[in-house]
Amino acid sequence: MSGALDAGIAALLLGVAFRVLLARDPLGAVIGFVALGLVIALAWVRLAAVDVALTEAAIGGGVTGLVMVRAAARLPKREGARQTADRGTNWIAAGLCVLVFIGLSAVVLGLPEPAPTLAPEAAAHLPGTGLGNPVTAVLLVYRALDTLLEVVVLLLALIAIWSLSADASWRGAPPPPGPRQPTEALVFLARVLPPVGVLVAIYLFWAGADVPGGAFQGGAVLAAMGLLVLLAGLCAPPRIGDRGLRLLVLAGPVVFLAVGMLGWAVAGAFLGYPEGAAKPVIIAVEAALTLSIAVMLALLVLGPPAGARQP
Amino acid sequence: MSGSFSLSVFGLAGAGLVAIGLFGLIVQGAAFRKILAFNLLGGGIFLLMGVIARRGAAAGFGGDPVPQALVITGIVVAFSATALAVALLLRLQDAGEQNSAAVDDRDRAARQGDA
Repeated sequence: MSGALDAGIAALLLGVAFRVLLARDPLGAVIGFVALGLVIALAWVRLAAVDVALTEAAIGGGVTGLVMVRAAARLPKREGARQTADRGTNWIAAGLCVLVFIGLSAVVLGLPEPAPTLAPEAAAHLPGTGLGNPVTAVLLVYRALDTLLEVVVLLLALIAIWSLSADASWRGAPPPPGPRQPTEALVFLARVLPPVGVLVAIYLFWAGADVPGGAFQGGAVLAAMGLLVLLAGLCAPPRIGDRGLRLLVLAGPVVFLAVGMLGWAVAGAFLGYPEGAAKPVIIAVEAALTLSIAVMLALLVLGPPAGARQP
Repeated sequence: MSGSFSLSVFGLAGAGLVAIGLFGLIVQGAAFRKILAFNLLGGGIFLLMGVIARRGAAAGFGGDPVPQALVITGIVVAFSATALAVALLLRLQDAGEQNSAAVDDRDRAARQGDA
């Protein structure tokens, strides 16, 4: 029974992927892409990785999809099916891709038994962190350096996008993302949903210590709520030169880096946590991260500031 | 999860997704479609890592938490890169429109000068 369910999810996944590949216009491809994100999230649930499923649905499908939808609306329709490759190149590429598929399939079907795993080690050190969710422990304790650098990647991407603005509109506000005349349904949704969404985001952040959830999932939900309010035109996008906004953007990376430096003093290593008091420190870092991730995700979607030239 | 059958199915789906994304990346001319195809490719690789994580289930966990955490990091980094690529693409398009508008103006001025 569950085998049939998994085969169905896998078939749906490949079908939707072909839909993205073959769609005529950019918007059709993007709609397929968002649907694909949700199907992949289902696959992650079936693979017993609920943390990843939440991240995939919120960021991989949702927020990426929003960036893509906004771009597709501004791109000319002919961006869709225009193909520069000729028939011969298509066949060569198809042959190459079939070879890649066969190679990867052979690898994945012939993985070694018993499978190598770090789960026992992750479990053995879990009591020392005060956390119950092993994925959060990996993200914020065992491999905290990865997560620190990941937040820095977000920050660098944001700075790069801001730097695409024209000189005249530097420090200005990004263009409002929504339609000029938002429908009443959208405005109603933007008034009713955010209080619930903010509560869900805080729950995801708080519960992430012990059950699936965490800073990235909570931050993505918060970002979605902010974007919904902006889409409905209930408030204007913030100016990127705003001091408070920049403080929010920097809070996560700076707190994380400061805790990392303090690690040398209290635990003798970069990103070392004090013995016995690891959990409060981790929660503080996660709180700052959640806020910064939410603000940075929303700003990445909004794009570079634009002056009066753009609508 | 009925054991190895489901793992094989998702492994094959991941491999298929990589192949579909790679094909789109090579064949499709439009930059926007290449960005989408690149995301399909990445999604397939994440799924393969998910299968590897699930095989490492031990110590009462449903999967090896290390690859799972790596995939979460990967999804966020992929989003950052995608947002930057899309912003570059849109800026390039705006610059193209401005340039062609400038060329039109120059042509019109040249014609008026001739007349």
